[in-house]
Amino acid sequence: MSGLVVIGASYAGIQAVLSARDAGYCETISVISDETWLPYQRPPLSKEFLLGRQNEAALTLRNSAFFTSRKIDLLLGIRATEIDRDAQRVLLSDRATLTFGKLLIATGSCARRLSAPGADLDGVCYLRSMDDAIELRSRLQEAAEIVIVGGGFIGLEVAASASQLGKRVTLIESGPRLLMRAVSPIVSEFLLAMHRKHGVDVRLGENLVSIEGRNGKVVSVNCGQTCRIGADLVVVGIGGLANSRIAEAAQLLCRDGIVVDDCAQTSDPRIYAAGDCTIHDNVFAEGWLRLESVQHAQDQGKAAGLAIAGRSSPYVSVPRFWSDQYASKLQIAGISAGFDAHAVRGSIEEGKFSLFYYKGGRLVAVDSLDRSGDQMAARKLLAGRLTPSPEQVADPSFDFRSLMGLASETNAS
Amino acid sequence: MHVKFVQPDGAAAALAMESGASVMITAVRNGIRGIDGECGGCLDCATCHVYVEESQYGNIPAPTADELELLGTITGLRRPNSRLSCQIKAPLAIDTLVVHIPESQA
Ligand SMILES: Cc1cc2nc3c(=O)[nH]c(=O)nc-3n(C[C@H](O)[C@H](O)[C@H](O)COP(=O)(O)OP(=O)(O)OC[C@H]3O[C@@H](n4cnc5c(N)ncnc54)[C@H](O)[C@@H]3O)c2cc1C
Ligand code: FES
Repeated sequence: MSGLVVIGASYAGIQAVLSARDAGYCETISVISDETWLPYQRPPLSKEFLLGRQNEAALTLRNSAFFTSRKIDLLLGIRATEIDRDAQRVLLSDRATLTFGKLLIATGSCARRLSAPGADLDGVCYLRSMDDAIELRSRLQEAAEIVIVGGGFIGLEVAASASQLGKRVTLIESGPRLLMRAVSPIVSEFLLAMHRKHGVDVRLGENLVSIEGRNGKVVSVNCGQTCRIGADLVVVGIGGLANSRIAEAAQLLCRDGIVVDDCAQTSDPRIYAAGDCTIHDNVFAEGWLRLESVQHAQDQGKAAGLAIAGRSSPYVSVPRFWSDQYASKLQIAGISAGFDAHAVRGSIEEGKFSLFYYKGGRLVAVDSLDRSGDQMAARKLLAGRLTPSPEQVADPSFDFRSLMGLASETNAS
Repeated sequence: MHVKFVQPDGAAAALAMESGASVMITAVRNGIRGIDGECGGCLDCATCHVYVEESQYGNIPAPTADELELLGTITGLRRPNSRLSCQIKAPLAIDTLVVHIPESQA
């Protein structure tokens, strides 16, 4: 049996088939997507798209010319329902089957659902796909009072977009600070001040108890005895879950995600997995990690594609993420969790700074606000396991390239 | 308007650019080799580096400070006509913009 079948046509799946083809893989390739859209850019859904600055067509990432140029069959609007490993075939929602020599699972993640009473009322929304975003965009137009549940990336970006649209926005977060799992308290503080300055009513340490409705529609969010917040739209952003059910059912090794090695191979050597749906042993995190970022999906997809083409090149990229809120860009490189010292470059007051985090004397991560030059340097430092001293970080005239042996490179600037 | 992509080996392809679309997304969407555009155009990756045809360089809007900062970090060879193609958007006052693709991206 031959040929490659890919489940999921987003960043990981598409990068994998592109890398496989460009590395010389010449067997048939079929990519299945349960969405009806051509592959599209997901990050703008919570930003430019909600603001009405980019429409559906502008988000297209790959068009039919792309699929023709790489001889790839794209099947839209079809769901893979089961993987039959013994027969090496995938069962599809239209009752057809596809046999495979190799299989890639790139099914991404889905929004964690709220379980509180009232969670199924009309006006409780999630944001993950283009269809979700289209619905949210139209509901936002009508809504006056919006409550956002969760102070993670999606919650904060939707809060920024909704408040820029002139809406009254309240954000409730059960933890003591914003973006708790991703950034340090200093960055959390900065973001909190930024959102409050833009009029978002951010309430930390607030637990949602129930959502109240009238005639089936949301009217308020109840946070226990302390408060009830009026709402005609509730947007829930309380994290994502790996779409790994199809892999679990096929008895592939899974643990909050499909377990893969550094070449994106699962516990079955004919089956690969990449992107949001996987969990891998990450050198920078010094442990198992499930990442949700475009960089990870693309780089792990690339590792899968190369391995499928017989040109294995392990995935060892520095984890990266970005988030746009209002006019500010937050960029993250590395994993700062557990840091024991830090140094600042730039000015926190002016909103243009980078924080360099150290653990046991070694640089482990850098968060930047509107300092993309620092961020590019940081990725190279982290990839090369180079550690600038806190004094070098704080010295604006210090050029990190001197640590990388690149200082003499011709770079007209 | 159109954009013509010239590969390092001289092979060329011209594509129509939709209004509002960048040179980068036009390349990525259509599967042009050599422009990765990993970040989707938010100045986070510098994998969309191109050389703009020298005679046309002055006829397109100049790079912003943010683009220049990122251009300063690319590992490939930077030239005076280097641009990040995600920042060049239609419409332009040129019929066919010509961009040359570098040997490799950051
Ligand atoms: C609103 C929003 C904003 C974001 N902003 C950023 C950002 O600023 N920066 C950043 O780095 N990351 C951001 N992310 C995260 C980033 O988009 C994801 O990490 C990335 O899309 C993961 O790519 P993927 O290919 O692994 O999976 P996905 O993009 O989730 O795609 C998986 C695809 O598989 C399909 N699928 C699932 N199961 C099946 C099946 N059984 N059969 C057929 N098809 C199936 C799904 O419908 C989907 O189309 C954002 C995400 C969202 C939702
Ligand atoms: S596409 Fe990332 S900087 Fe241009």
